Amino acid sequence: MNKLKQIWRWIDDRSGFSEIFMPLIKHPVPPGAKWSYVFGSATLFCLVLQVITGVALSLLYQPSSSDAYQSLQFITHQAAFGRTLRGIHYFGASAMIIMVGIHMIRVYITAAYKYPREMAWISGVILLFMTIAMGFTGQLLRWDSNGVWSSVVAAEQLGRVPFIGKWLARLLLGGDTIGGHSLSRFYAYHVFIIPAIIFLFVGYHLMLVIRNGISEPPKAGRPVDPKTYRKWYKELLEKSGVPFWPYAAWRDLLFGALVIIAIIGMAVAFGPPELTQPPDPAIIYATPKPDWYMLSIFSLFALMPPNIESYMIVIGPVLTIIILLALPFISNKGERSPIRRPWAIFGSGCVVVFIFSLFLLGERSDWSPNFKAKPLNASTIHSTDQHVVHGASLFYKKGCLYCHKVGEAGGMKGPDLSHVYTRLSEGEMKIRIVNGGDDMPAYGGILSKKDMEDVIAFLKSRK
Amino acid sequence: MNENKINEKRRSFLVKLSVGLAAISAAIAGVPVLSAVFAPLIKKTPKLWRQVGLVDTFNVGDTKLVTFENADPENWAGVTAHSAAWLRRDAENKFTAFSANCTHLGCPVRWESDAELFMCPCHGGVYYKDGTVAAGPPPKALVQYAVRINKNQVEIQTAPIPITNITA
Repeated sequence: MNKLKQIWRWIDDRSGFSEIFMPLIKHPVPPGAKWSYVFGSATLFCLVLQVITGVALSLLYQPSSSDAYQSLQFITHQAAFGRTLRGIHYFGASAMIIMVGIHMIRVYITAAYKYPREMAWISGVILLFMTIAMGFTGQLLRWDSNGVWSSVVAAEQLGRVPFIGKWLARLLLGGDTIGGHSLSRFYAYHVFIIPAIIFLFVGYHLMLVIRNGISEPPKAGRPVDPKTYRKWYKELLEKSGVPFWPYAAWRDLLFGALVIIAIIGMAVAFGPPELTQPPDPAIIYATPKPDWYMLSIFSLFALMPPNIESYMIVIGPVLTIIILLALPFISNKGERSPIRRPWAIFGSGCVVVFIFSLFLLGERSDWSPNFKAKPLNASTIHSTDQHVVHGASLFYKKGCLYCHKVGEAGGMKGPDLSHVYTRLSEGEMKIRIVNGGDDMPAYGGILSKKDMEDVIAFLKSRK
Repeated sequence: MNENKINEKRRSFLVKLSVGLAAISAAIAGVPVLSAVFAPLIKKTPKLWRQVGLVDTFNVGDTKLVTFENADPENWAGVTAHSAAWLRRDAENKFTAFSANCTHLGCPVRWESDAELFMCPCHGGVYYKDGTVAAGPPPKALVQYAVRINKNQVEIQTAPIPITNITA
């Protein structure tokens, strides 16, 4: 036993392990830093999980445009625990985005970004966007039809950047079109370039936590004064600080472990997203949709007024980044307590409600034509009149049913026409069908006179 | 005193020399790295005519999905080297080929033959049969490919994925 101790002492002395790491592990933290402080470390736990499962996936994945799809099929359906591995990586990404989001909201609500922690906020903002970029590039590596078309959508968004948009789109795709270079690029972004930036900024973020200490729980009437804060904080730690390990760290460990257990549980129960069709850009019967964390942006593109959309695709993200980076410069002193900063809580609430509402709308995607709509059945048509029956058939064939609901069938893009004749006259219906509307094609040149009469007969039977 | 001055000069020269050499070596090593990063901008993609079918296989008035290979496919591209277009035979010797990419955000548009409309599944963009915008967010008409008839074969000229710019 003594021999082992001797060996350890030699290793520790020569490696400097205790000398370097013990002050970090035992560094004092303010009292009262409890459960609201666990989300940053939970994000870190998720990152470690993503790195480990990512490395394991890279042993099985073929980062080649032609072979990636088959290798994903192999991982999911043949490799031992492959389905679970992909599932952990997928749910791990989701958890990381949720944790980084909650961590950021907590930091904002408690104004922990104020003096002297401005750079921690700025590095955190960069890490937030890098995490989202990892999520998106990860979705592209799921190299199926959805991955191919999602990469085209991303290229189109980059294309809106003034002057250099087309170059950026080409750099993303690795050429003029999807091809052999596309997946190699996405792989490099996801596995090397973005993780390198993340490691750099995570290291810097943690270094700042050690240098400036974690923010003490805010108290109403105790504002931050940059002239006296550092001295006051030092005295606080000397007077009542507790060592990070184990007095604060146990909560981080417990919560992090629970998050990872939840991720693994979800992976086992639900598995990873199933692959769609092969990554052939000539397969055009695909409905690209991003993973949930990008769904709010997907919704925004559908709901924004078209005449400002191209500008907002560029201005929106740039403005968001500028506002987030500017925050600690606009307000770096004063009250930190949420009770004294009601607008901060209101603003955060509005952002959360806005993003969540867009997410719900994206889940429904009412703006998309419902291509799965089936021809109306006899009970819905509820008439034996030949004109009405033919009108109902045309209503389906001409694509009206993709956008309008009749009874239980149809799409949600346009108004529900189940009882249209109770609110529109025959003349009004005709005008709308012939001329179209803001979001409806003009059918004047598509329907013959007789077909128009039958469609009207069908609509008149909807009362 | 003099010796110190000479040493200082020598030290300053050596510092500049070492920093300069390090910068030059980094710049030289950076050339192939940057050329790999910017390869898609440096490479010129040729425009080629690709056969998509015999003229007689298309009925006048019909719009069909045709597939063809990109201009310069790599050996490892597999199925990703394919492109698709909607080809219509307007008259005996006249064809029009529409890009399958919605001008809104590039999603694949589908031709609804009975409705005579192109529809996009992503954000609900709709186009008339001539490719002009009928409804939804697309800022401009569908892009067209060049088409020709060569020795009784319909040929489409390859082109980049149409990227819509901010002023569209």
